Amino acid sequence: MSAFAAVSRIIGAALFLGAAPGLLAAGNPPKRVVSINLCTDQLAMLLAAPGQLISVSDLAVEPRSSAMVEEARAYPINHAGAEEVWLMQPDLVLAGGYTSRATVSMLRRLGREVLEVQPAYSLADIRDRLARIGAALGREVRAEALIADFDARLEVLRAEVARSPSAAIYYANGYTTGDRTLAGEILMAAGFSNIAGDMRGGHLPLEKLAMADPEALITGTPYPGASRSEAVLAHPVVQAIRDRRASHPVADRDWLCGTPYVLQAVEELAIFRKEIE
Amino acid sequence: MTPVLRILIPLVILLALVSLALGPAGLGLGESLRALVLGGDGPAVLVMREIRLPRVLLALMIGASLGLSGAAMQGFLRNPLAEPGIIGVSGAAAFGAVLALQTGFAALFALALPLAALAGALVAVLLLVALAGPRGGSLTLILAGIAISAMAGALTSLVLNLSPNPYAAGEIVFWMMGSLADRSVTHVMLALPFTLLGWLLLLRSARGLEALTLGEDAAEGLGIDLTRLRWQVVLGTAAAIGAATAVAGVIGFVGLVVPHLLRARVAGRPGRLLAVSAVGGAAMLLAADIAVRLIAPDRDLKLGVLTALIGAPFFLRLLWQMRRARA
Repeated sequence: MSAFAAVSRIIGAALFLGAAPGLLAAGNPPKRVVSINLCTDQLAMLLAAPGQLISVSDLAVEPRSSAMVEEARAYPINHAGAEEVWLMQPDLVLAGGYTSRATVSMLRRLGREVLEVQPAYSLADIRDRLARIGAALGREVRAEALIADFDARLEVLRAEVARSPSAAIYYANGYTTGDRTLAGEILMAAGFSNIAGDMRGGHLPLEKLAMADPEALITGTPYPGASRSEAVLAHPVVQAIRDRRASHPVADRDWLCGTPYVLQAVEELAIFRKEIE
Repeated sequence: MTPVLRILIPLVILLALVSLALGPAGLGLGESLRALVLGGDGPAVLVMREIRLPRVLLALMIGASLGLSGAAMQGFLRNPLAEPGIIGVSGAAAFGAVLALQTGFAALFALALPLAALAGALVAVLLLVALAGPRGGSLTLILAGIAISAMAGALTSLVLNLSPNPYAAGEIVFWMMGSLADRSVTHVMLALPFTLLGWLLLLRSARGLEALTLGEDAAEGLGIDLTRLRWQVVLGTAAAIGAATAVAGVIGFVGLVVPHLLRARVAGRPGRLLAVSAVGGAAMLLAADIAVRLIAPDRDLKLGVLTALIGAPFFLRLLWQMRRARA
């Protein structure tokens, strides 16, 4: 972390401490919040007042997917099932846009307030999600502080780039993500130009990857246990690009969810870019 | 050479060339063949030698294995409905492969994966031959096949669902439906030894299968060792299907349709049908693999989807014919 970012964090924290009591008195914020989605877990842990968040999902303590395993260990774990969540008697449930429809509608039928938060598809979406969950928790000031800190750190990382090396994001099953995705924006912020171009996610045929011959290959980190989906990352063609060019793995936890932790991925990739230049 | 082979072999060569020329990289035919043969160090060479060539080789090998073992099983069981996909042999092989991959056994030595698939296939073939041997009848064979398929499918799904890998559960479709997408030369080398062993065993059963058409007693009178013949068919099928399934998943119906289409061309002789079905199987799988790429270029449409769409109505027609023959 740069000195500037550290300072801005401290300022953010100070702002939050000064403003928090007034806010809690003002609205009628929820007192028992349960999060059942990996991304809302992390955003809620960043935003909630002490004692306000009473449970996070099991994925939050999964070190490959979650950037906040240590923090999450302090909370009781749920498995995103309606019955289990209802028994916790929450006054607000935070769910993801892709959380099982059955679970969400069941909880609503049982009279629980459910806030569905769509995944972040861009860096700007991260600010929006922070603000939305902050508002739902009655923690607007904390959210503003986090957003200001996020903006400041991102500004520092978006340094001048003389030349953007070409890069391909290549995941299991030959999946790639273009500029109009969070991972794509992270790649751009780190100073690369994505060979997938101005698109969302999609299948990148191995042949097209070979023909594009990118200067850098950004891959995921493999999960334990075998899968044919990930076997493509060991294909001779991918190996050849790795050997002749450069390759860098980014752990899912660093950019799976739109949280301020994606700045770590930006920072890491920017360092990687400098290495190959 | 059987006259039908004079048509089938050029057809296979033509389909192989079409398959080599087909792909999202957008290479011209001349350019792609030049890269394949002459080599060099451009990306085109990588595409041709590491992506398209293994795909064509695997389609040839696996198609031949499916056609050959279908013909051999039909000849040995004297039952036109026998086919490794339908009666659960491929499914059991897939379970063997999945188990080996998820337990880490597959990583112990190079041939561990096809060996585990072979073991799975072997258990299924042994069960089938024991339950529905030459005197078992169609009904027993199909019912035993349904039970073995269901069991193997359930166990495969169970193992994949319990895997710590988040992608594994999504791969149930691959193991049940089969695909040749993004396989490499490594997979060709992995499948080759057991495939060749299977072909050798099955092709050598030709004389025995011919004799068997006269009945078991007559076959023994002709000097055929029936126990040896049974083991040839059982082990040959297990080896060929095990190797094929370990790298490409379950591809059904090729072994049913191909021998059936070609049987009349060899005057119904099960021995001569073997080699012809192997070539026919290669042609059918190459054609199916071309079709999946033409229908859905960017989506990895599973091969088994296509072969089942063609094969299942065929299977129903066969049942219909058997019904009429009995009436």
